[in-house]
Amino acid sequence: MSDTEIADIEPVPVKRPTRWHIAVFLAPAFLVYTAVMILPLIETLRLSLFNMIEGRLAFVGFDNFARLFSDPRLSTDFWNALKNNVIFFIIHMLVQNPVGIAIAAMLSVPNLRFAAFYRSAIFVPTLLSFVIVGFIWKLILSPIWGIAPNMMDWVGLKWAFAPWLGKPETALVTVSLISVWQYVGIPMMLIYAALLNIPEEVLEAAECDGITGWSQFWKIKLPLILPSIGIVSVLTFVGNFNAFDLIYTVQGALAGPNGATDILGTLLYRTFFGFQNQMGDRSMGATIAAVMFLIILAGVSLYLFVIQRRMRRYQF
Amino acid sequence: MSKARSAPLRAALIHLALIAYTLVALFPVFLTLVNSLKNRNAIFREPMSFPTPSTFSLIGYETVLNQGDFLGYFQNSLIVTVVSIALVLLTGAMAAFALSEYRFRGNTLMGLYLALGIMIPIRLGTVAILQGMVAAGLVNTLTSLILVYTAQGLPLAIFILSEFMRTVSDDLKNAGRIDGLSEYAIFFRLVLPLVRPAMATVAVFTMIPIWNDLWFPLILAPGEATKTVTLGAQMFIGQYVTNWNAVLAALSLAILPVMVLYVIFSRQLIRGITSGAVK
Repeated sequence: MSDTEIADIEPVPVKRPTRWHIAVFLAPAFLVYTAVMILPLIETLRLSLFNMIEGRLAFVGFDNFARLFSDPRLSTDFWNALKNNVIFFIIHMLVQNPVGIAIAAMLSVPNLRFAAFYRSAIFVPTLLSFVIVGFIWKLILSPIWGIAPNMMDWVGLKWAFAPWLGKPETALVTVSLISVWQYVGIPMMLIYAALLNIPEEVLEAAECDGITGWSQFWKIKLPLILPSIGIVSVLTFVGNFNAFDLIYTVQGALAGPNGATDILGTLLYRTFFGFQNQMGDRSMGATIAAVMFLIILAGVSLYLFVIQRRMRRYQF
Repeated sequence: MSKARSAPLRAALIHLALIAYTLVALFPVFLTLVNSLKNRNAIFREPMSFPTPSTFSLIGYETVLNQGDFLGYFQNSLIVTVVSIALVLLTGAMAAFALSEYRFRGNTLMGLYLALGIMIPIRLGTVAILQGMVAAGLVNTLTSLILVYTAQGLPLAIFILSEFMRTVSDDLKNAGRIDGLSEYAIFFRLVLPLVRPAMATVAVFTMIPIWNDLWFPLILAPGEATKTVTLGAQMFIGQYVTNWNAVLAALSLAILPVMVLYVIFSRQLIRGITSGAVK
């Protein structure tokens, strides 16, 4: 470091031999990342502007997007998937993140016994694959096995049981809640870390002013962990708008019943690869991927340039 | 310590709530593992009880091991995960070292470029990735999965590792330079051993999404010879959906390796998250 610093300060730059080792260190990661991630991403965006016309790939401008948004054969599915995806995200924000914050707040109570055990146990579902989670819940909620109705019977709620995954009105909420069950661990861990980083002096000062318990959480801790809540929200957003596996496992590629659980990821899969009597369509697949890219980019930019800038950060 | 913070009633309520949620989190896993060891009648008649000598049965596991090539799937998953993690750690650490150690034109730009992938999911490029893999003749090979997962893991790995490498003392590296060590020797012999804890954290973060992924195995390597455990379990369960013993046994077999790894690595994982490695 020091020799480069001196070279930077000196008015007449000293001629240095090319530092090949920098290139050698960077090259492998740069090449793999560029070739397998960035170039395909750009190529996919480019493909969304092309389509097959008379058997040849031709530039069509934003025609694919126009068709996706307004051609009834495509747009019905697209708007349905987008709407479902938004609901999927809202349920995560309303259930997953508040539950995660509540658990983290309880875990961070000083001198709580077994805190490490609770933390590890509650994180277990997050480690499981969607396939496992999807099938386990499918079995539990299945009227054939009867675990769910029997358990509801214990508390006298058997009448409220219904095959939730099979009914169009409840399927999306049910799948979202399964996903929430799986991912509560992430907000829990990140918020827990943020709560542990609040210095003891701040909390002691609050106690001296008589702010304890609930009001301490709302007035002191919550404002201090807002940046972490922001990160959790943007992670949830990106994860939700690119979700696929859980819906595919629980409801299949058609995201039934009757498209009630179809989100952008499953729509992309069906459009790109085709399913049953539907032909795969590379250009429309690329178009849907491009729309997902723009949605995610918009969400991340909103976070980086608006929310994160406005958020006050406290230095301790 | 104020009265409010040590009140026993409050502590009891907190324990109650946490125990309740722990049950919610663990119950489905418990249910699967327990029932995979019972015969078909017992699965339906008393799903909540532990297997007794009269209800104990390994018929599900026998079906799984005879019908599906689960050992082969395990081997594929293991190869893909281990090789990808090794590549992510090696190339990621090298790039992180270059970014954190040297000043050169374009350093910040390169850092931002490599960080793009933290937020933009690699899945969105699937259409062109498949096209490229077809062109390169890599469809239905484990190599295709390894390449994709390496690219997927690199951004976060570089980000976390370069943060850690900034904390390695300059004096140490300069002492190495005075002793005539090359830049490569400084990296491999001085810096790498010092960032081992961070490497462990990165390894765990990289491992979970790779092991659990369904999307890329489904698209790039759906062939029988290259199926991963996740895809193999998915397809097996789809076929045997009415054979409850087999389904539960397949699920248990897919859960076990993750649980074993979690028990081994949980400290690294939790330390990594709570030390702010993913902020």
